[in-house]
Amino acid sequence: MTEWLNVILQGVLIGGLYAMFAAGLSLIFGVMRLVNIAHGDLIVLAAYVALMVTQALGIDPLTSLIFVVPVMAIIGYALQRGLLNYTLGDDLLPPLLVTFGLSIIIQNGLLEWFTADSRKLQAGPIEIQTFQVMHGVWIGLLPLIQFAVAAAVIAGLQMLFYKTALGRAFRATSDDQAVAQLMGLDTRHVFAMAMALSLAVIAVAGVFLAVRTNFDPAIGPARLIFGFEAVIIGGLGNMWGTLVGGIILGVSQAIGAQIDPGWQLLAGHIVFLAILAVRPQGLFPKVWG
Amino acid sequence: MSRVEHATRSSRIGVALIGVALIVLALAPFWGDRQMLRLLAEVFTFVALASLWNLLAGYAGLVSVGQQAFVGLGGYLLFALVILAGVHPIVAILIAGPIGALVAVPVAALIFRLRGAYFAIGTWVVAEVFRLLASQISVLGGGSGISLPAAMVVAMAPSRQAREFEIYWLALALTAAVLGTIVALLRSRHGLALTAIRDNELAAQSNGIDVTRIKLIVYVLTGFGTAMIGALIFLMKLRISPDTAFSVNDWTAFVIFITVIGGIGRIEGPIVGTIVFFIMRQTLADLGSLYLLIMGAVAIVVMLWAPKGLWGLIAERFGWQALPLQRRLVLAPKTEEPGERS
Repeated sequence: MTEWLNVILQGVLIGGLYAMFAAGLSLIFGVMRLVNIAHGDLIVLAAYVALMVTQALGIDPLTSLIFVVPVMAIIGYALQRGLLNYTLGDDLLPPLLVTFGLSIIIQNGLLEWFTADSRKLQAGPIEIQTFQVMHGVWIGLLPLIQFAVAAAVIAGLQMLFYKTALGRAFRATSDDQAVAQLMGLDTRHVFAMAMALSLAVIAVAGVFLAVRTNFDPAIGPARLIFGFEAVIIGGLGNMWGTLVGGIILGVSQAIGAQIDPGWQLLAGHIVFLAILAVRPQGLFPKVWG
Repeated sequence: MSRVEHATRSSRIGVALIGVALIVLALAPFWGDRQMLRLLAEVFTFVALASLWNLLAGYAGLVSVGQQAFVGLGGYLLFALVILAGVHPIVAILIAGPIGALVAVPVAALIFRLRGAYFAIGTWVVAEVFRLLASQISVLGGGSGISLPAAMVVAMAPSRQAREFEIYWLALALTAAVLGTIVALLRSRHGLALTAIRDNELAAQSNGIDVTRIKLIVYVLTGFGTAMIGALIFLMKLRISPDTAFSVNDWTAFVIFITVIGGIGRIEGPIVGTIVFFIMRQTLADLGSLYLLIMGAVAIVVMLWAPKGLWGLIAERFGWQALPLQRRLVLAPKTEEPGERS
């Protein structure tokens, strides 16, 4: 019994990480209807940026966020202004294919630069600290921090969306780009800010991913898929939904892995497809606008 | 009588050239060496895969990044039928097609619920599920894969040379069949509907085209062709593993780049793209992963500055079409009927 409780709890905490993968994806889809195929590879890129920062400055991974988040945000802004803005329009194909090309470029660029060796960030003693919540049920400190950060990130995004001028600009552009422009918004800038924000979230997710497991240049697409599944399970356009989606995915994978290690990923995908079959709009749909 | 004509002067020349090329290629065993035959057969499989993806994404607007699901399915069907049921490999390839189509139906029922770019990632999830399932099949080598038993390969033909010729001609015939089917489809009423969907989905729908039904037909047909080509590819490779069979790079990234560079939404595009792709591969292969990086960059540049691809540039500049697909209304010359003047 407590064994299963532990498994489910681990799944819930991993769900926080998946929610962070999903939040950035959901954000840019909400603002500009762009699905970024390179999302997962950007998460891995953030992990490598953190690797370089921790090695160069000798600081621990969580502190490195002070550098990794702005660096990724700047990359996001530049990427949107310099490339992705030119792909937006009525046609679905250009953004899809350009981000797909970007995904291949990032993967192979990282492979060229860092080789295929798998790496990991060392966070020191907090990695192995655990505490007992009840008899036989243990929680790791790091997974707990990760989950709390994920919840904070989502709450922060929610607040930014509904309480700030930037959030108002995001919502206005999402509702009607032409009218937003007439009201004096520079949509190219608004889109770039959304991408910057998305990559800031990616930075946090990338660092936690790199602390939790080994990473190499090829693991990006799988993270994109996890994030995507969490978005669809939770319901398009719902930020808190991504957290629920992430948790459902995390718990499914944890239960699958407990039954048979080969079933970990499969269980997650099957639950996703099952939800798609019975409730294609997701659990809590709320398309922005 | 006014009528609709498909052919133009350039398409008549194009068809003649394609006919000549087919004869030259069919005679390749008599003029090319073993290396040449292997390379050409690989070129054919990529022409077929890219043409099928082009039909799916370029015409039906179903941008899939998960066609490796069907390539791998075909490959595994070949190995399963040959190893477990003792079926002749060529028969197994022919069986892989209908099974691919059969599998495509429930897959479509699920992922057609996703729109646009989310559809794309949905197809990827399906391919991942197939890959993970394949690695659970222990009789076919599980996660590490399996080779086609030598005895069964040898039994295909009396000599090694005969077997190589057989596989080469099979590759040529299957690719020609795939291209022929696509051309026939595009010339049919469904083809007119597809071209309308390609140009403007909403307008097509409001003109009474059942868009979902046409998309389903195209998806299932593509599943059929892709599974068959997948089986052929792995008959040529003689070894299969989940990672090679369901590789997103090999069976989707390359295929997309080929189609985009050649010209998406045009039948000639994938052929031009494959030729460019293989020239690039032969010259850049030493660069390793840099070569993929360059491919990605070229595809982005083409998508942004020449979205209709190389063939699109040529076709628009000169008004060419290599195959008679256009529909032109030819008005009958006004002749006076004898009874009219009275």
